Amino acid sequence: MMRRAMDILAPLVLIAVLLGAWEAACRILEVPAYFLPAPSAVGAALVADAESLAVSAWNTLSMALAALVISSLIAQALALTVALSATLERAIKPLAVVLQVTPVVAIAPLVVIWAGIDNPERAIIALAAVVAFFPIFSGAVTGLKAADPDLERLFDLYGAGRIQRLLRLRLPSSIPYLMEGHKVAAGLALIGAVVAEFVAGSGGAQGLAWRILEAGNRLQTARMFAALVVLGLMGALLYAALTRLERTGLRWWRGR
Amino acid sequence: MTDAPVAELVSVEVDYAAGRALGPFSLALAPGEITALVGPSGCGKSTALRLLAGLEGPTRGEVRRSPRRGEIAVVFQAPTLAPWLTAQDNVGLPLELSGLKRAEARRRAAAALERVGLGHAIASRPAQLSGGMAMRVSLARALVTEPRLLMLDEPFAALDEITRRTLADDVLALWADIRPAIVFVTHSVEEAVYMASRVVVLSRGPGRIAGELSVAGPLPRPEGFRTTPGFRATVEAVSAVLAKGMQG
Repeated sequence: MMRRAMDILAPLVLIAVLLGAWEAACRILEVPAYFLPAPSAVGAALVADAESLAVSAWNTLSMALAALVISSLIAQALALTVALSATLERAIKPLAVVLQVTPVVAIAPLVVIWAGIDNPERAIIALAAVVAFFPIFSGAVTGLKAADPDLERLFDLYGAGRIQRLLRLRLPSSIPYLMEGHKVAAGLALIGAVVAEFVAGSGGAQGLAWRILEAGNRLQTARMFAALVVLGLMGALLYAALTRLERTGLRWWRGR
Repeated sequence: MTDAPVAELVSVEVDYAAGRALGPFSLALAPGEITALVGPSGCGKSTALRLLAGLEGPTRGEVRRSPRRGEIAVVFQAPTLAPWLTAQDNVGLPLELSGLKRAEARRRAAAALERVGLGHAIASRPAQLSGGMAMRVSLARALVTEPRLLMLDEPFAALDEITRRTLADDVLALWADIRPAIVFVTHSVEEAVYMASRVVVLSRGPGRIAGELSVAGPLPRPEGFRTTPGFRATVEAVSAVLAKGMQG
C-alpha cells in the first residue's frame, strides 16, 4: 500500500519541484516570456486556448488513429502474404526495410503531391501510416513464425494443411507479437502525424503541429508550450491505453 | 507366429552437420509392446523417436511404419499445449484437424479428459493447470485418436517424483484400454523398468544398442511392484548395461 502510494507520489513530487524551480528561475532571473515562459504562463495559455487545443488535439489524434488502422490492415495483409510464401518474403522484406529507414520528412513533399495539394490531411494520414507500418509488419512476421516448434511438429503429425496450420496455429501464436507491434506503432503514428503536419501543412484539419507553428511564428512561446503539453499528455494517455489493452488481450490469450 | 512390427528402424543412421547423431541402429516395435529407450544425453534417443514418428528422415537405412498419420501420437517433454485453447479444445485439436466435426471432436475430447481424471478441468486453459495436469491433457490429446503407435519423449522429466509415479501408472492404465505400441525415452532407469516390457539401452553418441533387456511382470504394474526383487534386479542389470554404454 505504502509502496503503491510512493510509486504515484514520487513522480508527482519531482514534477512539482521542477515546475517550482522553473517558475522561481523565470521570476528571479526575469527571463523574457518569448524565450522561456514561466509554468504559470503556460498554465494560463492552456486555460485560454483550451477549446482550440482540444479541437487540434482531436484532429491530430484522429489522423494518427486513421493512419494506425490503415497501416495495421496493410501490414497484416502483407505479413500474411509473406508467411505463405518464402519467395514473396524475400521480395517484400527489403522494400519494407527501405520504407522504414527512409525519413518521413524526405518523402513528405512527394506524398503531398500525390495526395493533392488541397488534401494535406490525406498526406498526413499517409505519412503517419508509413511511420506506423514497420513495427506492425515486423511484429506480425515474427509472430507468424513464432509458433512452438513442438506444436508445429504435432501439426505435421496430424497432417494439417497449410490453411489449417495458418488459422489454427500461426495466427493465434502471433497475437502477442501483433499487440506489441500495435502498441509501438500507435506512438509512432502520433509522432508521424505531427511531423507530417509540420512538413505538409494542415489545411482545414488544424492539428497540434499547426498550433505550435502558428504560436511560434508569433513568438507566443507560452502557447507553444501549452500545445506541447497537450501533445505529451495525449501521447502518454495513448500509450497507457494501449498498454492496458495489451495486458487485457494477453490475459485473454493466456487464459489468466 | 509373431505379429508384424508396428514400426521398424532398419540399420538407420542420422548425420547432422556436427557429425553422426545415431546409428547404425535397428529397432522393431511389436503391436501393443511398451519399449523404453534409455541412454546418456545426446545419444540420439529423441532422434530415434522422431524417425519412428516420421518427423525426420534417416540419412541412411530404412524406416518402416504400418500406422497412417492419424494413428501415430507423440507426447513431448513439455505438455506443448496451445495457450489460447481450453483443455477440451487442445485435446480435440487432432480430431478437428483430421476432419471430424467440432461438436464430435469436443465430445470425444471431454471423454478423453474424463479418462485422465480431468473431467472437472475441460474449460481450463493451460496456464491455469499444474505441470502434472497439463501433462495429463497432453496424454489425453495423444490418446484421443486411439493411436496404434504412441511415442513419449521424456514426458515426465520436468515433474516431481510423486507426480511422475502417478502419471506412469496413468499411462499404463490408459495403455491397457487401447493397447497401442508405446516407445518412450527416459533418463530414469527405474521409470524405464517400471513402465516397459522391454528396455533398450543406447551407448554414448552416436547411439547404438548397448544392450536390450526384457522386464518380467504384468502390465499395468501391481501395487508394490517397485519393491519386488525382480524389479530391483532388472534395474541393477539395466544400470550395469547403461554404465557400460556410457563408456561408448
